[in-house]
Amino acid sequence: MNFDLSDEQKMLAEQARGLLAERVPFDRLRKLIDANAEWDEPLWRELGEMGFLGANIPEEFGGLGLSELDLAMISQELGRVNAAVPFASSLVLAADAIRLAGSDVQKAEWLPRLATGEVVGCFAYAEGPGDLLGRGVRQEGAKLNGTKTPVADAGVATLAVVQAGEALALVRLDQPGVARTRLDSFDQLRPHYRLDFADADAELLPRGGQIETLFDRAVVQAAFEAVGAAEACLTMARDYAMERQMFGRPLAGYQAIKHKLADVAVAVEMARSNAFYAGWAAGDASGELPGAAAAARLTAITAFEMAARENLQVHGGIGYTFEANCHFYYRRERTLAIALGNREHWAERLIAHTPGSQTKAA
Amino acid sequence: MDFNESPEEAAFRTAAKAWLAANAPQHELPEGVMLDDTEEVMLGRAWQRAVYDGGYAGITLPTALGGRGGTGIEALIFAEEEARYNLPKGPYIGIGLGMALPVIGKHGTPEQIAAYADRTLKGELTWCQLFSEPSAGSDLANLRTKAVRAGDDWIVNGQKVWSSWAHRSDMGILVVRTDPSVPKHKGLTFFVVDMTSPGIDIRPIRQISGASDFNETFFSDVRIPDANRIGAVGEGWACCMTVLMGERLNQGGERGGIENLIAYAEATPRGAGTALDSGSVRMALAQALAEEQAGKSFQARLRTMVSRGENPGALAAMVKLAFARRYQQTSGLALELRGMDALAPPAGDARTREIQHDYIWSTVIRIAGGADEVLKNQIAERVLGMPGEVRMDKNVPFEQLK
Repeated sequence: MNFDLSDEQKMLAEQARGLLAERVPFDRLRKLIDANAEWDEPLWRELGEMGFLGANIPEEFGGLGLSELDLAMISQELGRVNAAVPFASSLVLAADAIRLAGSDVQKAEWLPRLATGEVVGCFAYAEGPGDLLGRGVRQEGAKLNGTKTPVADAGVATLAVVQAGEALALVRLDQPGVARTRLDSFDQLRPHYRLDFADADAELLPRGGQIETLFDRAVVQAAFEAVGAAEACLTMARDYAMERQMFGRPLAGYQAIKHKLADVAVAVEMARSNAFYAGWAAGDASGELPGAAAAARLTAITAFEMAARENLQVHGGIGYTFEANCHFYYRRERTLAIALGNREHWAERLIAHTPGSQTKAA
Repeated sequence: MDFNESPEEAAFRTAAKAWLAANAPQHELPEGVMLDDTEEVMLGRAWQRAVYDGGYAGITLPTALGGRGGTGIEALIFAEEEARYNLPKGPYIGIGLGMALPVIGKHGTPEQIAAYADRTLKGELTWCQLFSEPSAGSDLANLRTKAVRAGDDWIVNGQKVWSSWAHRSDMGILVVRTDPSVPKHKGLTFFVVDMTSPGIDIRPIRQISGASDFNETFFSDVRIPDANRIGAVGEGWACCMTVLMGERLNQGGERGGIENLIAYAEATPRGAGTALDSGSVRMALAQALAEEQAGKSFQARLRTMVSRGENPGALAAMVKLAFARRYQQTSGLALELRGMDALAPPAGDARTREIQHDYIWSTVIRIAGGADEVLKNQIAERVLGMPGEVRMDKNVPFEQLK
């Protein structure tokens, strides 16, 4: 048994980590927020040039054809620095949807351009408050009508994969039948949009029944993103506590702080362990995927939630300032906890995929 | 990442499986029959003798001690295969193999190794651990049982507690204070003691579970020959560390699987359906299940480290810390979702009684082998590199401590 990343995966993670540490210092994130920027475009271009954006796209369509766990290394490192790029929207969701459900012609048309980053994709499913998947947007013939909101990264995307009932449709966003409205987004580094479709030209992705699998696979990547971010919070809290003096000794020496961060460290290692298993299942054991993905989701969100909250708490008042770096993660955590389905949704999916359980709730 | 064993490990498993299939069934405990302690230890000795004859006794112990000189992963594989049978394996065997022999092997003399190793491996000697005291638990070095030199002997007086199976053990591993004039970790010395020595009085402790697996052991002018001293005078703390290292790595077995609790919820009526129809019950159980699966995958990661010859160190504490809390939370939750019947189940409801027992027993798991708070300190200090605790007892002679 070898339940560890391969040397190649560790190298890939290191490579991504090195690049991102250099390109995405926290001051860069502050500048992007101050500029009300859509995204970190230079970073996106660079990720494209270096081949990172083609990681999960098959070689025949211009990508690298890497495994789910390889891809996860990139997701984890993007999470660690809170990068403002539509990696999850464009590659983990839109490209994967086309790969899973698209025709050969659709794949040939879109995947090579998604792999270079020249085209950015997004994935539209929610329709206002309530259910994870909307019910209103429908495709009739080659036309799409209705409203999806909110949709992450739709401002920089030229292509959307839109959930319409049980089906997935491909829609170009630069057409008269589509109106995009930027929303004030809780995560200042991930803009969300409202998309109104009025007889928009759309084509169906012909292979049906892929939505659950798409979400299972995406949530594994989101788990790695959360693990990377949670680890960044833990390190930040530890470093601050080591430096900060209180009552004549380092804050890190107080048991209230030690035990809090020990709990976070346990949560992070547990989340990483489930993510490893789910990443492996996504590639090599699809029968295990639904349960493994749901478990990875629940523990990843638990870890990131604890880490983001307690990081700010350990910082005290300074943590509430824009100049400190806790807030990037505090906001991103809610994004990762809610997008792709909340805790309740994934708890139901896990129970439904527990061996021996008769309940099929999700 | 793959879940296949190396060819060597797979070959070891195949051989162990075959050997167990041929030898284990006749040693299995009868289903549903409660044995008395004496009988269980007798059967345990016989099984250990069979394991010895099969060449599987003390897998990780060096060949110089009579062990197999194998790897940690081989020990895990054997334990997994052995666990498929209901065999008499208790602390009476485990303490000898996992604690006494490592400490004797590392700190003892060739004569001591000759006297104890072979007989322990064969199941002829059973052992108990005499470490904790009423005022020395997590702060073990605070122990007060003292030994005073008298010619070739030491005279021991004091009280030990939580000594599992002391009443059925031939020998004990014992740590005592031999010099109260030096700081507390430095004045300790380690012995092996014959449990039939005059002056040893073993009294069972009535536990909250109703059982009495643990004892108090009183020492009144007990004479222990100096030949039974393990390591130098004053080396007792180092010996204890050797023992406790072993204790940490031996923690593997888990009770109270969440899948069983899901089935239990599903077997509990509520309205027209079952307790599992409740969203809050499903939510709590799903979270616990996700964490349980994480624990399994985390152990697989640690196991990978062990098979590479790396020492997981304080990471291993995370497994126990997470398990103990979940075990208590989920067994408590299971009783709650059952409703009133959980408080007084009918005679035939063995499942509810088991969960009641889990809830009681979980308190032990949170304390024994490193209390939650001790483990959190270890994780903070050794994994996260945070400062050690402020201490009032450092460099202060033991006799001057309050």
